[in-house]
Amino acid sequence: MRQLIIIGSGPAGYTAAIYAARAHLAPLLIASSVEAGGELMNTTDVENYPGFPDGVQGPDLMNMFRLQAEKFGTDVVLDDVVSVDLTGDEKIVTLGSGSVEKSRAVIVATGSAYRKLGLADEERLSGHGVSWCATCDGFFFRDKMIAVVGGGDSAMEEALFLTRFATKVYVIHRTETLRASKIMQERAFSNPAIEFVWNCEVVGISGDESVTGLHLRDTISGDERALRVEGLFIAIGNDPRVQLVRGQLDLTPDGTITVTGRSSKTSLTGVFAAGDVIDPTYRQAITAAASGTIAALDAEHFLATLGAAATIIDGQSVEFARATN
Amino acid sequence: MSTTKDVTDATFEELVLKSDKPVLVDFWAEWCGPCRAVGPILDQIAQEHPDVIDIVKLNVDDNPQSAAKYQITSIPAMKVFQGGEVVKTIIGAMPKPQLETDLAAFLA
Repeated sequence: MRQLIIIGSGPAGYTAAIYAARAHLAPLLIASSVEAGGELMNTTDVENYPGFPDGVQGPDLMNMFRLQAEKFGTDVVLDDVVSVDLTGDEKIVTLGSGSVEKSRAVIVATGSAYRKLGLADEERLSGHGVSWCATCDGFFFRDKMIAVVGGGDSAMEEALFLTRFATKVYVIHRTETLRASKIMQERAFSNPAIEFVWNCEVVGISGDESVTGLHLRDTISGDERALRVEGLFIAIGNDPRVQLVRGQLDLTPDGTITVTGRSSKTSLTGVFAAGDVIDPTYRQAITAAASGTIAALDAEHFLATLGAAATIIDGQSVEFARATN
Repeated sequence: MSTTKDVTDATFEELVLKSDKPVLVDFWAEWCGPCRAVGPILDQIAQEHPDVIDIVKLNVDDNPQSAAKYQITSIPAMKVFQGGEVVKTIIGAMPKPQLETDLAAFLA
């Protein structure tokens, strides 16, 4: 049986792997088949990760994380976890290929998933003008009018990236203030191709074959109007990915995995969690990486305690055996 | 490395539209991370079902005509052609078991 399995391959998962591998725990990291590397794989310039004064491309950064984890003895598997049983002393993790992995400790670093607007036509027009990934799909909106919905850093980043292709990018936001960092706000405000649509929410998407427009509702007056665009990029936040552990681990009202204090300890012994899946607030690459460190150290301590306990039990049984002889 | 053929604007008609077998066209690009993730999975599926389906890749940067003709606005986009018509569209990278389920009708 393995000592440690890490589920997830974003900054939290790989950083946990680097620490755990350097502690000679030879972790197995289940990276996912098509989402390996996590959210940063769909990001271009990362300017706020320390150590890269000239910025770094998201996929390049994640590739370096992986190489660093593998260098110290992490086994990386490009498959998806389909189910887990974390309740016993032996943790059981089943993969998409059908193979079953077992370990004494598990770190859950499954991150978060794009939030949807929840509109009837969103799914139908997904891939036909509705997108969650500007770096994947922006290319197809050359010389077109498009809209981004959202007010955080990712919305600003998507909008700025999309100005490379689109003639006009509307940024639709429910209020009049943005959550985005000041530097991203300033860049968006000063870009002539970006126009802000304040106090509006998207209540409908129109188009038969592909997106032809949006229905907007003013959040103050309630007035409705149409906006002609051929693309809609949704950047309204993320939800923690907890479907694998729901029913086994306690969750917070925010939907994240409950951990004790500043630690990574979940409601089950031997199960630790790190990164976006425990963080409803900060959700940065660097905070996820730090969180991965905490999980690796907690797991290492837990496994060392297990090891010590096993030695004591062994010792006792030896004494007992001697006594009965 | 790749077991699947590349198709271009020039060869699309011959390799895809006039094919006797169903053909899955994977619309992709170098800069698309999810495309690079799903590429090897399609290679595997192609290898496992050589008799029933052809799987080919179309680079949307190099072949804008086909990408425009089939109104690609999101990649990876996988379209199955049968008798010159699109009979199935799958958008976005997904794990192998899920792709196999979606393509079950063409892999049997």
